Amino acid sequence: MTPDLQLLLCLLSPFLGALACLAVGPRPRVSAALAILAVAVSLAAALGLVAATAAGEAFAVHAGGWSAPFGIVLVADTFSALMLAVCQLVTLAALVTGAALLPARWHRRHFFPLVLTLSTATCGAFLTGDLFNLYVWFEVLLLSSFALMAVMRGPGARAGAWRYVLLNLVSSLLFLAAAGLIYGKTGSLNFADLHQRFAGADDAFLVKSSTALLFGSFAIKSALLPFAFWLPASYPALPPAVSALFAGLLTKVGLYAMFRVFGMVFATDTFPHRDLLLILAVATMLGGVLGAVAQGGMRRILSFHIISQVGYMALALALFTPLALAAGIFYLVHHIVVKANLFLVAGLVERRAGSSELDRTGGLLRAAPWLAALFAVPALSLAGIPPLSGFFAKFALLRSSLEIGDTLATTAIIGVGLLTVFSMLKIWRTAFWGEAPTGAPAKPASPLAITSSAALAVVTLGLGLAAGPLFGLAETAAEGLRHPTAYLDAVLGAGNPPSPETASGK
Amino acid sequence: MSILLAITIGLLVAAGLYRLLGPGRIDALVGLILLGQAANLVLFASGGLRHNAPALISDGMAEPSDPLPQALVLTAIVIGFGIIAFLLTLVLRAAGNDHDA
Repeated sequence: MTPDLQLLLCLLSPFLGALACLAVGPRPRVSAALAILAVAVSLAAALGLVAATAAGEAFAVHAGGWSAPFGIVLVADTFSALMLAVCQLVTLAALVTGAALLPARWHRRHFFPLVLTLSTATCGAFLTGDLFNLYVWFEVLLLSSFALMAVMRGPGARAGAWRYVLLNLVSSLLFLAAAGLIYGKTGSLNFADLHQRFAGADDAFLVKSSTALLFGSFAIKSALLPFAFWLPASYPALPPAVSALFAGLLTKVGLYAMFRVFGMVFATDTFPHRDLLLILAVATMLGGVLGAVAQGGMRRILSFHIISQVGYMALALALFTPLALAAGIFYLVHHIVVKANLFLVAGLVERRAGSSELDRTGGLLRAAPWLAALFAVPALSLAGIPPLSGFFAKFALLRSSLEIGDTLATTAIIGVGLLTVFSMLKIWRTAFWGEAPTGAPAKPASPLAITSSAALAVVTLGLGLAAGPLFGLAETAAEGLRHPTAYLDAVLGAGNPPSPETASGK
Repeated sequence: MSILLAITIGLLVAAGLYRLLGPGRIDALVGLILLGQAANLVLFASGGLRHNAPALISDGMAEPSDPLPQALVLTAIVIGFGIIAFLLTLVLRAAGNDHDA
C-alpha cells in the first residue's frame, strides 16, 4: 500500500467506523467491535506511515487535485506519523477499557461513535497542512469531547465541564481571528507556503501581533499555566476510559499544534514569543507539580501532573535546539502512553477499592499485586526512573538545557522531577502499602480492561528498552521541523516554485 | 469603511468580554456569541474591503475581490452556529436538572 493511501486510511477509517456505529444503533457489542476494528485499521495505517517516513520523508495528498497553496492538503511527515501512531494506540486501549467497564447507559449514549469522531479529529489535526483546516479539526475535536463530557452526572462535574467548554471556545475564537489576520497579511494559510513567506518577512511587529493570538489559543488548548485550570476541574469527574482518552489526546493536540506552527511554520533561527514560552513552561511545570502535591485523590493528582508534564514539553520547544526538539517529541510519545495508562489503572483501582481517594484506599499491594505492578510501570516511567521511557525523555531534555547553560530550565527540570517522584510515592505509600480500609465494595476485575492496561505497560517498557531507535526517529522528526525541505517538496512540488500571490491588492 | 469596521470589531470584543465575565451562564453564552461575531468580522476583513467587486474573475474586471475569506467566514459561521446550539441545549438542560434536584 502506498503512503498516500495509508494517510487517507488513517483519517477515513475512524470516520467510517463512526458512521457504521451510528448505523447499527443501540447494539453495544456490535458497535464496540466495529469501533475497535476501525481504530485498529487506522493504527496499522499509522504504523505503516511511521515506517514510510522513518528516514525523514514526507507525503502529501492534494484534495481534488488542486495544487498546493490553493487547495486543501493533507501532509504526513515523521512527526505527524509518530503522533498518529501513538494516539491511535491510546484510543484503542481506551476503547477496549470502555467496552469492558462502562455501564450500559454510556453505550446507549453514543460512546463509540463519539470516540471515533474524536479520533478522526485528532488524525485530521495531525495531518492537515493548513491553518484554517487545523481550526476546523479543533472544532470537531472540541464538539466530540463536549458531547462526551455532557453525559456526565453530578453538579461538580458539570461545573468543570462548563469551564472546559468556555475556555476552549475562547481559544477557538482567538485561533479564528489569528487565521484571519495572518491571511490578511500574507495571503496564504498553507503551512509550507507560510513558512516560505515568513522566512523572508521583515515586519516583525505584524507577525508577532497575529502569532500572539495563536500563542494564546494553543496555550489554552495545551493547558499552559495561566490557562490550565479547566483541566483539573473537568478530568477527574469523567469515567476512567474517557478521562484516559482525554488525558492522552486533548492537551497533546494543542502541543502538537504549537510544535508544528511555532517550531516549523513561523520558525527561522528562533520563533515569535519564545522567551514568553520559556517562562510559561517553567511556571507550568512548577505550578502543576505543586498542585499535585496538594491533592488527595489519585485522579486529581494525575490531572495536575498532566499540567506539569505539558510544561516539560513546552520547555523542550522553547529551548529550540535540535536535541531539545527531539527530546520534546520523544517526551510527547512517552507521555501520551504513560498518562493514558495511569488513568486507566486509576479506573481499575476505583473498581477494586471502591474509590481512588487516597484516604479511602490502602493495602492494594497485598490484595491485588497485579494491580500494583500495572501501576508501578507507568508511575515509575512518569517519575523518570531508568530504564523506563520517562528517564530518557527527561535526560535528553536536561542535557540540552545544560548544553545551552540555561540555569532556570535546568533547575526546574531537576526540581520538578523530584517533586514528581514524591507525589507518585504518595500514591504508592497510601494506596498500595497502607492499611486496607474495612468493608470496601470490590467489584470483580475485568480481564479485558486489565489486558489493555497491561498492553500499554508493555509498550512503556518497550519504549524504554528501544529508546535508542525511537530517539533516532524523534531526531529525524525534529530535523523535519527545523529544516522542512521534504515537507515543502511534498506540498509545493519538488524545487518549490515561488508561489504566486493568492490575494491581490492589499 | 475600514475604520468603521475596526471600531465595530473593537466594540464587539469589548462587549463580548464584559458579558463573558458576567455571573450567569447565559451571560457567558451571549459573550461568546459576540466574540464569535468579532472573530468572523476579522476573518471577513482579511480579504480587503472592496465595494461592488465580483468574487470571480471575468474578462475586463481589473480588481476582483478575494473569494477565499468569504468561504472561510461562511464555514466559521456554520461551525459557530452549531456550537452555540449545542451550548444552549447544555445550559437549558443543566437549568432543568437543577430545578428537579
